[in-house]
Amino acid sequence: MSDERRLLKRRYHEAAWDEPVIMELGTPGERGVLLPAVEPELKEAVGDPLAKVPAVMARSAPLALPELSQPAVLRHYVRLSQMTLGNNVSIDLGLGTCTMKYNPIVNEQLARSPKVADLHPLQDEATVQGMLEILYRTEALLKAISGMDHFTFQPGGGAHGVFTNALMIKAYHRARGEADQRTEIISTLFSHPIDAGAPATAGFKVITLYPGPRGYPDVEALKSVVSERTAGLMITNPEDTGIYNPHIDEFVKIVHDAGGLCAYDQANANGILGIARARDADFDMCQFNLHKTFGTPHGAVGLAVGAVGVTEDLEPFLPVPRVVRAGERYALEYDRPDSIGAVRAFLGNAQTVLKAYAWIRSHGAEGLLEVARTAILNNNYLARKLSEVQGLSCPYPENTTPRLEQIRYSWEGLHEETGVGTEDIHDRIQDFGLQAYHTSHHPFVVPEPMTLEPSETFSRADLDEYAEVLAEIAREAHTDPAVIRSAPHRSAAGHVAPEAAKAAAVTWQAHARRQEGRGV
Amino acid sequence: MAQGDHGTPYPYIPNSAPQVREDMRRYIGITDEEELYAAIPERLRCRQRLDLPPRLASEHELATHVRGLLAKNRTCEEYLNFRGAGCWQHIVPAVCDEIAARGEFLTSYAGSPQSNLGAHQAQFEFQSMLAELVGRDAVGVAMYDWGAAAASSLLMACRLTGRSEVIIPEIISPERRRQIQAVCGNTTTVRAVGYDQTTGRLNLDHLAALVGERTAAVYAEVPSYLGIVDSAVPEAAALVHGRGGLAVVGVDPSSLAVLAPPSSYGADIVCGELQPLGIHMNYGGGLAGFIAAPHEERYLAEFPTFLIGMLPTAEEGEYAFGWINLETTHYVRRDQSRDFTGTMQGLWGIVAGVYLALMGPAGMRELGESILYRTEYAIASLSALDGVTVPFALGAHFKEFVVRFDSGRTVAEINAALYERGIFGGKDLSNEMPALGQSALYCVTEVHSKEHIDRLAAALKEILA
Repeated sequence: MSDERRLLKRRYHEAAWDEPVIMELGTPGERGVLLPAVEPELKEAVGDPLAKVPAVMARSAPLALPELSQPAVLRHYVRLSQMTLGNNVSIDLGLGTCTMKYNPIVNEQLARSPKVADLHPLQDEATVQGMLEILYRTEALLKAISGMDHFTFQPGGGAHGVFTNALMIKAYHRARGEADQRTEIISTLFSHPIDAGAPATAGFKVITLYPGPRGYPDVEALKSVVSERTAGLMITNPEDTGIYNPHIDEFVKIVHDAGGLCAYDQANANGILGIARARDADFDMCQFNLHKTFGTPHGAVGLAVGAVGVTEDLEPFLPVPRVVRAGERYALEYDRPDSIGAVRAFLGNAQTVLKAYAWIRSHGAEGLLEVARTAILNNNYLARKLSEVQGLSCPYPENTTPRLEQIRYSWEGLHEETGVGTEDIHDRIQDFGLQAYHTSHHPFVVPEPMTLEPSETFSRADLDEYAEVLAEIAREAHTDPAVIRSAPHRSAAGHVAPEAAKAAAVTWQAHARRQEGRGV
Repeated sequence: MAQGDHGTPYPYIPNSAPQVREDMRRYIGITDEEELYAAIPERLRCRQRLDLPPRLASEHELATHVRGLLAKNRTCEEYLNFRGAGCWQHIVPAVCDEIAARGEFLTSYAGSPQSNLGAHQAQFEFQSMLAELVGRDAVGVAMYDWGAAAASSLLMACRLTGRSEVIIPEIISPERRRQIQAVCGNTTTVRAVGYDQTTGRLNLDHLAALVGERTAAVYAEVPSYLGIVDSAVPEAAALVHGRGGLAVVGVDPSSLAVLAPPSSYGADIVCGELQPLGIHMNYGGGLAGFIAAPHEERYLAEFPTFLIGMLPTAEEGEYAFGWINLETTHYVRRDQSRDFTGTMQGLWGIVAGVYLALMGPAGMRELGESILYRTEYAIASLSALDGVTVPFALGAHFKEFVVRFDSGRTVAEINAALYERGIFGGKDLSNEMPALGQSALYCVTEVHSKEHIDRLAAALKEILA
């Protein structure tokens, strides 16, 4: 195959099944699956099962669910899956900050075992020793990786992990009688927006530091906002730009000196595994996204874990239950008066923890370092390639240190030259079989942003292909901008106007009502 | 073949192959990769090898090790399980497992309305089918679990009403109570309404005394934590409406083909748990919550989870599907938002949709009836035993009920004896609800045949004799 044909998949077309919404499918009387029939003797013994249900609480109108046979249901969902560019199908390095990486099949197989799937969370401890041991062992692995003293896996995602950190900061100051005084959390603009959103939800006022000329706020900016009102610092590093703040330990010290706690959102940890640790910068707590850094799937936005680590001093505030070791046995501890309580029921996504355990064990210490080294090498290789693309730039040129595992690029130059902006390119890139990329969280401080994170999963050939597609689109911006603005052309559906979301219906019922002119 | 600079290859890291690496370094213009870490000051560098156990390099060694650990578990397939209390054993259709394992869904994340059309459409269909069950037309993407959904629903009610007090039942799962307290407690006052000692229903007199002009919402559950189909909930909704607050009702959707949609008896916001809909328990990792509300501007603007909407494309009659409410979340509003969304339990929402499509209206009806039949049969069978009573048994129960032992044996002793007979007995309530004495919460679903229930009754008879 020619290089041109290999690098630019001009013949690519996503499956486009024009699959109806499932409410439009099926025929009355069809059925996808049966249940065991209720035994006649049992029926007879009970009589009318609805007899005791109060009339007002019994359903009167039958459900209007679709009626489909099993092959019809299977075909429908397999077709929908074919219209989904998961990372198993596409080179998904465009989702910067999301750390898309390979999710090993063997880990999926292990997690699907009935020895995991068919466990009830309230089984007696003696019957779940294997599961508890995996949770306990994974905690030990993350302790070594971060330097922190204790971990919980209860939070159900990165945002939830950051929120848990915010709750613990509250609980800590409350325990010291300073909750009413310490009401402010400091974060930075290029930290993930959850580092502002979560503390706000927990009742804090949030102060956001904007980046200086090197891409991160300077120490003086931080000094000017700390006070006796400071509850803590919630920050990512490297930030979502791939820029590492080298003064991070000074930041931590300044906040500590003011009486605040420091929470490290390690959503961007993939480039620093084995290279830098949260504890060595003196953080009090941190959180890792197991579904980013530790190779568990993103699952169409779910089955995530935000693993939260703390120092010994903060351990009493962790959510319950805690997995503890009692001699040769593993046990659950609930009786912890200073705990923030719980943010999820039971122990969270235990099956996801198992996958992360398997992922870490399959790499070992050298392998984790290899992950980080490769993520950084890939990022700098891609950056060098993209430096040749016209109209694309890497912001904060004053900061000449290499970026770590991702970069927030800017199409500002191309936009000024051609009027083609990042939202257009985001749509056009799909026509080459690549997932639409992440532009940026808001506000768009970097103009016309595009955030790329080529994790260790991606080969040199993948990086070459990605760069060539972006170069081609930049050329098109000069020769045929209309083809970009009206993209995508080879996806499961065509161009959507940006304002379409404002009036969208979120269920078939609301859509149908609107079609009939019956309001929202 | 890909391999690290130090020997054994890394199958998941293509660019660990030494020659590729050398070529990439040359292309970048460096000789030593250390040059790429210049941003990290030496004082922050981790120079010692991470203290981790040895690598299990081959798939076979890894799987052998993990399966060895898992072999210590005893599962609900191997034992006859009657434990519920927030996570329930149900039949999981094979097609649900098949779709959950589709790599395209499993490894997808954020994408455009076109590139991820399929996953988004599956989410939209889940939202639509669930809306049919609960009677509210705006449903969000699956979130963490029922407790988290209840907490976020209550925060949503506070924002909608501009009030800051919520009332929850005294009888509620301890997990959900902890979650609501943790999530809402810093910004909201959480009060508890008591229950009627005879029926287990909400105590409406107490509620009337609690509800006032500061009340943003009353939260109630159908069925309640103890499995009671609480006929006081419609009156509770009317009560809070009368004071300008909202009614938030938590439901188990497996009941909703036989029980009325909560919207019909006054629920403004409905939340609940999806795990019964085709999702394995996964030691609690099978849980996934949902939130539903009226499809009105003011509710949509306050939705705390992602909403997937139908988006018309440039081609007449064609639709794509995509996230429509980023602008009202912290992703855009940062600290101006008062709740947060993020990566939650999206895959389980898709699976719940597959389940509802497989079951259809007739299957869901059979499911609800089967659970009602089996629950009633179990209540009758166990309350017939000497030394056993079932409190609150006058009203209808769905899936769960309290079993009280007055034989002098503790629940712990009884459960230990049941375990010896291959049975996981009900959840011990004796510490949690001391007023109920030596009581346990038993759970019966469509997985429990008559023979299973008879076996439990026989075992208890033997143990209590």
